[in-house]
Amino acid sequence: MKIPYYPGCTLSTKAKGLDETARAAANALGIEFVELPKWTCCGAAFPLVTDDVMAMVAPTRNLIYASKEGEKLVTLCSFCYNALKRANKTVKENPEKRDKLNDFIEEKYDGGVKVVHLLEVLRDEIGFKNLRERIKKDLGGLKVAPYYGCLLLRPFDEIELDDPEDPHIFEEFLQALGCEVVNFPYKTECCGSYLSVSPETSEVVAKRTYSILSSALRNGAEAIATTCPLCHFNLDQKQDEVAAEHREFTKIPVLYFTQLLGLCMGIDEKFYHFDRHFLDPHPLLEEKGLLLGGGQG
Amino acid sequence: MEISEKRTREEFVEKVEELSGQSIFSCNQCGRCSAGCPIVTAMDLLPNQVIRLIQLGYEGKVLNSRTIWLCASCLTCDSRCPRGIDISRIMESLRAQVLRKGGDFLEISKLSLDFLILAPQQAFVSGFRKYSAY
Repeated sequence: MKIPYYPGCTLSTKAKGLDETARAAANALGIEFVELPKWTCCGAAFPLVTDDVMAMVAPTRNLIYASKEGEKLVTLCSFCYNALKRANKTVKENPEKRDKLNDFIEEKYDGGVKVVHLLEVLRDEIGFKNLRERIKKDLGGLKVAPYYGCLLLRPFDEIELDDPEDPHIFEEFLQALGCEVVNFPYKTECCGSYLSVSPETSEVVAKRTYSILSSALRNGAEAIATTCPLCHFNLDQKQDEVAAEHREFTKIPVLYFTQLLGLCMGIDEKFYHFDRHFLDPHPLLEEKGLLLGGGQG
Repeated sequence: MEISEKRTREEFVEKVEELSGQSIFSCNQCGRCSAGCPIVTAMDLLPNQVIRLIQLGYEGKVLNSRTIWLCASCLTCDSRCPRGIDISRIMESLRAQVLRKGGDFLEISKLSLDFLILAPQQAFVSGFRKYSAY
C-alpha cells in the first residue's frame, strides 16, 4: 500500500528519529510512505482568530500538493496533523474561506484529501490485532506511559481521532507491541508547548515536565512515548533542570512511538537517531535486551 | 460621538466576539476552564476571570495580563466548557489585539543561542505565530 506522506519541518532535522523509524517500520509492514514531491512548513499553530486566513495558506497549499498525489495524506507530528486536518475541514466546510484561499493560491481545492495520522493507519488499516501478529520482537512488558499531549486529540469535533478525555488508541498500539501500558492522569495534559520559546514563560514548561514525568514515574513507567517533536523536546530537554530542583526525581527516557515500533519490526539502528535525544535511551533498552541482536526475540 | 463607559465596554466585547467567533455572554462562570487548565497556577488571571472581565469591559486589565501569553492553546478548556465556548479562541483574540498594535511579546534577539540551536523548528514557528505580529 502506497500512501502520500507529509514529514513537516522538524522531522527533517531535530526529529529524524521519528521520521526515519516511521518510514522503515511502515515499509516492514507493507506500507510505502511516498513523500510529497514538494512541501513547505504547515505553519504549526492553527490560527484561532476568525479573520486570520493568511495562516491557513501554508497548510492548504500542502493539502493541494497532496491532492495531486492521492486521496490520503499521512503525517506523524501532532502539530502538522492538527494544522493540516483543521485547515482541511475549514476549506471543506467554510465556503467563504475556501474561496479566499483558492483565489490566493490560484487553485480549486475542495478539501477532498483525508488527513490521517500513522496511529490511525495502524488502527484502521493494519489493525492492532494484525500488528501484534506481525511484530518480529515483543517489547517484553516494557512499562511505557503513552503521552498524547494536546493536538493529537483536540479539538475533538475537528480531529475525531479518539475520545479527548479518555483516549485508547495509543494504549492499544503499545499493547500490540508487547508493552505494559502505564496509565497516568497527565497523559492528555499539555507540556507547555511553545511556552518554551519565550524566556518569560519557559519556566512553566519545566514545571509541566516535572508534573507529567513524576506522575508517569509514580505509576511505574520506565519510558514515555510521544508522537510530537515539541512534546519530546520539552519533556526530554527539561529533565536536567527538573532533576536539579527536585532531588527525588529520576530521569526517564522519552521515545517516539515509531522508535518503539521500529524495535519491534527489527529496524536498523541507524534510523533511531538516539544521539539527538537529551537523555540517552540506550541504557534502558540494553537492560531490557531490546537493542538489535540483544535479548529474547 | 458619545464617549461613555458603556460604549467602550460594548466596543471591546464586540471586538472580542468578532475576532474569536465566541459569544462572551454565554459564559456563566462555572469555572471548569480554570479547574482543568494545566498552566493556571502561573496565571495572574484565571481563564474564567478573563471572560468575566471582558463581560464587564475591563479591556486594559485583560490585555495587560500575563494569562493571555501563558495560554498554550492546548484546548483543554474548549473540550470541557459546558457552554460550548472555545476559550482558546478568546485568548487568541486578546493576543491579536495586542500584537496588531505592535506589542510583540517575543523578540528573536531575546532568545539564547543555545536555545536556538537546540529547539525544534515547530517551537519557533508556533511561538512566533503566537507571540509576534506576522
